[in-house]
This record gives sequence, structure tokens and C-alpha cells, in this order.
Amino acid sequence: MGGKRILEVKDLQTYFFTRRGTVKAVDGVSFGIDRGETLGLVGESGCGKSMTCLSILRLVPQPAGRIVGGQILLEGDDLLRKSDREMREIRGKKISMILQDPMTSLNPVYPIGDQVGEPLRFHQRLDRKSAAARVLEMLRQVRIPSPEVRVREYPHQMSGGMRQRIVGAMALTCRPELLIADEPTTALDVTIQAQFLKLLKEMQRDFNLSLIVVTHDFGIVAKICDRVAVMYAGKIVELAGIRALFNRPRHPYTMALMNSVPKMERKVNRLTSISGQPPDLKELPPGCSFAPRCSLAMDICRKEYPPVSTAGEGHTLTCWLAREDAAGG
Amino acid sequence: MPPVGEILLEAKNLTKHFPVNRGLLFSRSVGAVRAVDGIHFTIRRGETFGLVGESGCGKTTTSRLILLLERITRGTILFQGRNIETLAGPELQGYRRRVQAVFQDPYSSLSPRMRVGTIIAEPIRANRAAPEEAVPDRVGKALEVVGLPRDRADHYPHEFSGGQRQRIAIARALAVEPQLIILDEPVSALDVSIRAQVMNLLREVQEEFGLTYLLIAHDLAVVKHMSHRIGVMYLGKLVENAESEELYQHPFHPYTQALYSAALPSHPDIQREEIVLPGDVPSPLHPPPGCRFHTRCPQARPLCSEEEPPLRDVAGGHEVACHQ
Repeated sequence: MGGKRILEVKDLQTYFFTRRGTVKAVDGVSFGIDRGETLGLVGESGCGKSMTCLSILRLVPQPAGRIVGGQILLEGDDLLRKSDREMREIRGKKISMILQDPMTSLNPVYPIGDQVGEPLRFHQRLDRKSAAARVLEMLRQVRIPSPEVRVREYPHQMSGGMRQRIVGAMALTCRPELLIADEPTTALDVTIQAQFLKLLKEMQRDFNLSLIVVTHDFGIVAKICDRVAVMYAGKIVELAGIRALFNRPRHPYTMALMNSVPKMERKVNRLTSISGQPPDLKELPPGCSFAPRCSLAMDICRKEYPPVSTAGEGHTLTCWLAREDAAGG
Repeated sequence: MPPVGEILLEAKNLTKHFPVNRGLLFSRSVGAVRAVDGIHFTIRRGETFGLVGESGCGKTTTSRLILLLERITRGTILFQGRNIETLAGPELQGYRRRVQAVFQDPYSSLSPRMRVGTIIAEPIRANRAAPEEAVPDRVGKALEVVGLPRDRADHYPHEFSGGQRQRIAIARALAVEPQLIILDEPVSALDVSIRAQVMNLLREVQEEFGLTYLLIAHDLAVVKHMSHRIGVMYLGKLVENAESEELYQHPFHPYTQALYSAALPSHPDIQREEIVLPGDVPSPLHPPPGCRFHTRCPQARPLCSEEEPPLRDVAGGHEVACHQ
């Protein structure tokens, strides 16, 4: 097991302290990821999926946000005990991140060659010339046409898909072991999205990357993930391999979310919708956060948060119903 | 699917070019962005016509032409047989009342300084759709139709969630009893768990009031779920137009095929034939000659770069613009 597991997050808690109360953005999240594996983090806006990723990189917005508890073990080494300086050595070199909007993650006033080369010059102390050679190689790898010309161009001269590939090149120049992609294709068109997802899979194979993909779209999960964690109101409610999750989702939230999306293959007249809306993280209901919207909620759901139950190998969920099943069967 | 009636709206050779000017004082036109370039389609009463295509293909410009928010460069739009550009006075006002719109972002389409009741009352008053004393009741009814309590009319938009705001935008469109509603990405700004609520509501009110929709969206599954017919656009051209299930089962145009193959699966075991298109969409300022798709088309032949394929019927109302 030792060499296989690259990252282990244990009981992570990231809170925001605001004047109107404490927001538990990430509230006791635990998961692990193996080398070469792709883990999907799925949920709606505000469920804590992005904050979980920012916590891993220790980039939680300061001073309101703080990681108040838990462990983030990168190859057994707790990132929460690292100094800021040590963290800077890890970001971009061991763990990289791709953000949703390529326009805001590229600097508009520098040519893209400089930006892709920056991590090389910082982490590997390469001189301008050798960095430039590596940059060309990277741009070729992410299929930028005529990279010799493109390195001197600025982000505004490129299309959205090309910008996102540049961001990808930037994240991968130092051969990180873990790549976190936060909604990497949400800003892209359908055919460009397909291009980028294919590229991401190829890069993963070539570099033996571990990948965390944050998304609200089960389609992306079905397309590229191996395992998936479903988040709701700061907690992981279900964690499973994708086949187990798609064939037999167990948590009512996962089931409801999957049923509420129209599917191309099947024609329905009415979508099953989830009533109500995601809760305010400042005033979470007692018990299970999903209980007020859950069609299967019982009395206990409104009183006490359910413990973790196992529904199969590597398939866990937090729901009282799973508890009952286990007791009854 | 409800029965579909006579033709409500017809676009003939519809074209919109945006001139590109250079020079400040003596500016001259140096070309044109050919946003919409000679498209034909019809929308029948009671149906939902979906327009799909990637950004810059001209689907939003098409809807803005219908809403008279842009001047038509060439071609005509007929609404119940009348050319909408020649309408004036009360007839023009009548047209504007009959055609309403719901936009993508309910955070920017509702004024933050107006109470919800005032927002919904505005089109009623502007169109004199009801006498002043009847306005509050009309507003209340519109709110009830979209599933919000009447007394929420006194609240401001910021007091509502995204899904509720989109309901308010729908109520505003419904308040003047329109015939056609343009839905421009009506659910893409909403949370996943809220989208189904809004899609169900749109279909309910369509059936209840016999509404006709023009739906613009990029999510193919959403468009397929909502639409009777779907038109596929690429660089200002309508490349395919067919009944929604037929288009999914038998996409004919290579672009449509690529679009469907790029759509994300709903289950990991669904393996679609992968057609990954090379490159990016060319600039509409200098669209390629012949078929506009030939630069990325996996099946392109020499003819495709020379001659533009016309839209022709291939199977009972299934129209395609392709040389194959």
C-alpha cells in the first residue's frame, strides 16, 4: 500500500470566520487517492469541493478562511505542518492545479512562453535557454500548433481551448505527481471539452499522474474518473468506484442528483426534481444536512448526523437508511 | 409531446453582418463579422425549437433578431405571416408583447433596485396589457403560476435564490400572455439540483398556455429533453434541422455527429464512437469558402472547399446542408 497511495486526506476541516457566523466550508472530509488514479469530487456550488482542493494546496483565502483540523498526507508527509516556504516548493512541482477559467489564470501582459516557463525557472532553476526549450516541448505535447510562434504571443491572441491547453502545459512542466483540475472544461464548448478531456487522459497516462477532478457534471465523472466522492454541504456523503456509483447509487442525494439530469439515451416527460435548495452553511440543520430535501428522511435524520456505513468494497456513504439496511439484513 | 399547430414564425434567408470599422475620424468598413448568414427555419405553434452550436455560431444573434434587438441585414422574419420589420405603431407593440425572453443569468436580468412585483408589472404596464387596477392581480397570478407565493411580490431579487430568480424571470415573461418565448440558456447558470425544477416548470407552462419556445442551449441533453425540433448551427449557418429524436438517432451532418459524440455519457459503460474534431472554430470575420465546416470535417472532399452545400430535405422534414 505504502508506495501506491499518493495523497490521504483525513478529517479535513476548513472554516470561514465571518461576522455573521462560522461557515463550515469543509467539515470533516476524508479520502485517499492512488498513483495514476482519477478521483472525481462532485457536488453543487458551495458544497465545499473547491475549498477541499484549495486546502490541499494550502491556498484557502486568508484571513477569513482557516484549516482548523485534520491531516493532508502527501506520500505520508503532513502538508499542514509545512512552512510557507516548503509549501511553495510543493506547489507546481509535486501538486499542480488547473482552474476553471483560463483567462483569469493566465497573466494578460506576459507572453505565454514566459508563463509556461516560470515554474521551471523557479523550481528547477533552469536558465532562460533551457527553460525555453522545455516550454516548446510542453506546448507541442499539449498540441499547440506552431509553438515557436505561439510562445511569443499573449493570452488574448488565443482561443479558449488553446488557453486551457496552455494552462495545462503550465501545470505539467515540472512533472507534478498530483494534478487538481477544478471544473477544467466548464468554460469550454462541447467539442473543445472533448478535445481537452482526451488530452488530460493522455497526459495522465504519459506522466503517471494522479488526478483530482472537481465538477458538478456526472458526465465528466462517467467519462474520465475511476472513483468519485459526492459532496453535500461540506461533507462527503458517498464515495465509490464509478461503476458501483452509477449502477447502484445508495445515498438519496446521489440518486436524486443523477435522476434530475436529462439523459440523451432515455426519453422522459418529467424530470424528477429535488425540492428546496442547498442549505445555508452558516445555519446547517441538526442531523443530516440533506434531510430537509430528502424524500426518504426519517425522524432520526433530523436529529443526528449518520455515521459512515459500508455498502461494498470501497463504497461508503453516510446515511441512516444504509444503517437500517445493514441492521435489517 | 403535445400536438403542434400552424407555422408561427418563419426565418427566410436570415442574415446579420456586423461591420468592422477601422480608423476613428474617417472610419471605413474593412469587413464584416458574418454572425448569421442566410438561414431558414420555421417554428410551429406549441412546439419547442432548439438551437444548438458552439459559441460564436450565431444562435444568440438569431434570437436577438427575432426580438428586434438588432437590425436584420438581409432576409426576413415572418411572424404569423407578417414581416416583423415592417410592423409599426400598435402592431409593433403587439408583436413585442407576444414575443418575450428569459435569459441565462437571473442575477443580471432582474434589477436589484426594483421589487419583484414592480419587475413583473413593468411589461404589463408598458404593453398596457391590463388596466392599472388589475395589475397587482396579474402579478400575483404570474407568481402563482411559477410556484411562488403572491406575497413575495414585495421582496427584492437579492432575497431569492438563483432558481427562484429564474422563476421570477419566467413570471415576467408570462405576465403579458406571450405566444413565443425565447429561452437563452435558461438553466445553465443554475445549480444542478435546481435545473430540473425550472425545466419541469417551463414544460408545464408551455402545455398550460400553449406556448411556443425558441430554446438556445449548449447542453445537448437539455436541448433534446426540451425540444420537438432541433437546429444545429455552425459559423452562422444552419447545417442540420430535424425532429429531436430523429436527429439524435440519425445525425447526418459530420458536425452534428461530432457534437453528439462529444456529449458526455450518462453512464461509464456507454461508449460513444469518438470523433474528436481537430483545431478550433474559424473566425466568422473570414469564414472558409465552400462548406464552412470543411476545415475540421473528417469527411471533407475537394468539392466541399469550393461549393457551399444547400440545405436539403433527406428524410421527411430532416434537412441537412452537406455534400455527402
